[in-house]
Amino acid sequence: MSDAPALAVRGATKRFGAVLALDEVDVVAQHGEVLAVLGDNGAGKSTLINCISGVHRLDAGLIEVEGEEVSMSSPAVARAAGIETVYQDLALFDNLDATANLFAGREQAVPAWLPRGMRWMRRSEMNRASAERLRRLQISLPDRASSVGMMSGGQRQAVAVARSAAFASRIVILDEPTAALGLRESRQVLDLILRLRSEGCAVIVISHAMDHVMEIADRAVVMRRGRVVGEEVPRPENRSRLVSLIVGGES
Amino acid sequence: MPDIEAMHHHRHRGAVEETQSPSGHGSDLAQEVEAMRIQDPDRADEGLLRLKALGALLVLLRLGPVLILGVLVVIMANLSPVFATTQNLGNVLAQTAVIAILAIGQLLVILTRGIDLSVGSSLALSAVVGATVFGSSDGGALTVLAMLGTGAAVGAVNGLVLVYGRLPHPFIITLATLSIARGLALGISGGQPIRGMPDVVSTIGGDSATWLAAWLPNSTFLVAGVAVVTTVFLTRIVWGRWIYAVGGNPDGARRLGIPRSAVLISVYVCSGLLAGVAAIVTSGRLNAGSPTFGDLAELDAIAAVVIGGASFLGGRGHVGHALVGAFMIGVIRNGMNLLNIEAYLQLIVIGVVIVIAVESDVLRGRLESRFRVLQAAAS
Repeated sequence: MSDAPALAVRGATKRFGAVLALDEVDVVAQHGEVLAVLGDNGAGKSTLINCISGVHRLDAGLIEVEGEEVSMSSPAVARAAGIETVYQDLALFDNLDATANLFAGREQAVPAWLPRGMRWMRRSEMNRASAERLRRLQISLPDRASSVGMMSGGQRQAVAVARSAAFASRIVILDEPTAALGLRESRQVLDLILRLRSEGCAVIVISHAMDHVMEIADRAVVMRRGRVVGEEVPRPENRSRLVSLIVGGES
Repeated sequence: MPDIEAMHHHRHRGAVEETQSPSGHGSDLAQEVEAMRIQDPDRADEGLLRLKALGALLVLLRLGPVLILGVLVVIMANLSPVFATTQNLGNVLAQTAVIAILAIGQLLVILTRGIDLSVGSSLALSAVVGATVFGSSDGGALTVLAMLGTGAAVGAVNGLVLVYGRLPHPFIITLATLSIARGLALGISGGQPIRGMPDVVSTIGGDSATWLAAWLPNSTFLVAGVAVVTTVFLTRIVWGRWIYAVGGNPDGARRLGIPRSAVLISVYVCSGLLAGVAAIVTSGRLNAGSPTFGDLAELDAIAAVVIGGASFLGGRGHVGHALVGAFMIGVIRNGMNLLNIEAYLQLIVIGVVIVIAVESDVLRGRLESRFRVLQAAAS
């Protein structure tokens, strides 16, 4: 692993008509760290994430992955650069099993000289690889062969996270990973995020749940009105300072 | 997030009882079961029992169409001495072949949340074009190619207009091609059947496999071949997996780099192509190409897929469903003919079966979500 940060966003600016959604934003995420991006609604968190994952293009500024500038022109480019995003809606296929979801869009198949869509799937290899992946992330599913639609919210979230981490991805972005979950399920997902970190991923988490941020994040950057207004190591004693940064009382 | 404050305590199970349940009925139920388990282990066993009962019910629902087909066959065989003869079985197979082939094409479309209303008209247009080509060229292979190509071309129009015309749903475009293809068939043929089909077509569509059993129609082998090829395609080839993915979550498929537009176009081309195959069977049996072929056949095909157990909402279903549904329709029609039941009653019975099938699909969906909640609580 190189010394360069996993992800560096420099001078990111994005305008939607008259609205300046991002205003010269600088954010750096290191390998093996969980970075929380905090902010009230409309602060620019989602725009930042969408620019990093190739959904939107920056008007100005640049994005570097491990020290190399990447032009994020589409989600496919971002994925190819090792950036995986777990969207809030998860983008899972309820009708397919966990393995099929893990490999969706990049199925292992042969022979290589045929167009990708016409190849013969290597199903047992994919099953083995997904079992191994889920085991390493300590995700237990009731039945790996049952469709994801039959799974609980936490299990679904776990499958989505496992998919994002399945392909040697270096940067995993999670948008509100615990917003739709109950207590036990949130716990499982938080543990999963910590496991991604211990595997050397740079993990970026957007969350409104302060307790979760306190527990898992190594650093937190706070955004307000399109700018980064502060950075803290989240601890219980500076919780109130983080909150006031978010709502904009004092800075 | 009212429940977040309890996060740090909840490693101890007991704490769960004190927390407010989060919003959403599903989680309410999950916590209810969880609380039950803590207070009273016997009640928790009851929850597990309910889970198992629900699982068994779901299996039964999934097997439903096959069981109903089996029961239908047994009932018919008991009511009519003719039904179970090989001669009549051959009739059922021959009559069902066209529905089965069209239903397999329709299945591909329905898997992507679509519908193809044009297949009956495509069948007629293919047959008329085939007869015309045969009339002027006398070539068997050319005739077959013309029939397949015509069907595929109608399908390509459906798919291309759906995707590049940015239509919200394929209903309208396939309704339009239903009308256009029938009109073309009538125009080309002058409204009259065109007699004569090449040997290869009449052998496939009309003859029996005399080398094996005199009552076994050749078209049965064609159906079996189409079924095997489609099954392999759907379950082993990447493209088949993508068809399910597009049906399960169209937007998710796009975000994960699956070529959604190409997948959508391809299923309509396949459905049209299979309408061409069905045209070969129909034309071969009647040794002609007629603009009236395949009238309302699209509705049989859609009905077959749905009553066979595939989900009309897309993403769920396989070739077996299309076949079972096609044979259910075939057996109901054949059996009721043998019993001298009037035609209007057949229509009513098939309609009722469609309602039951769709309702059981809805029920399956509801039970699955309930199953999910109980399972989450039990895990």
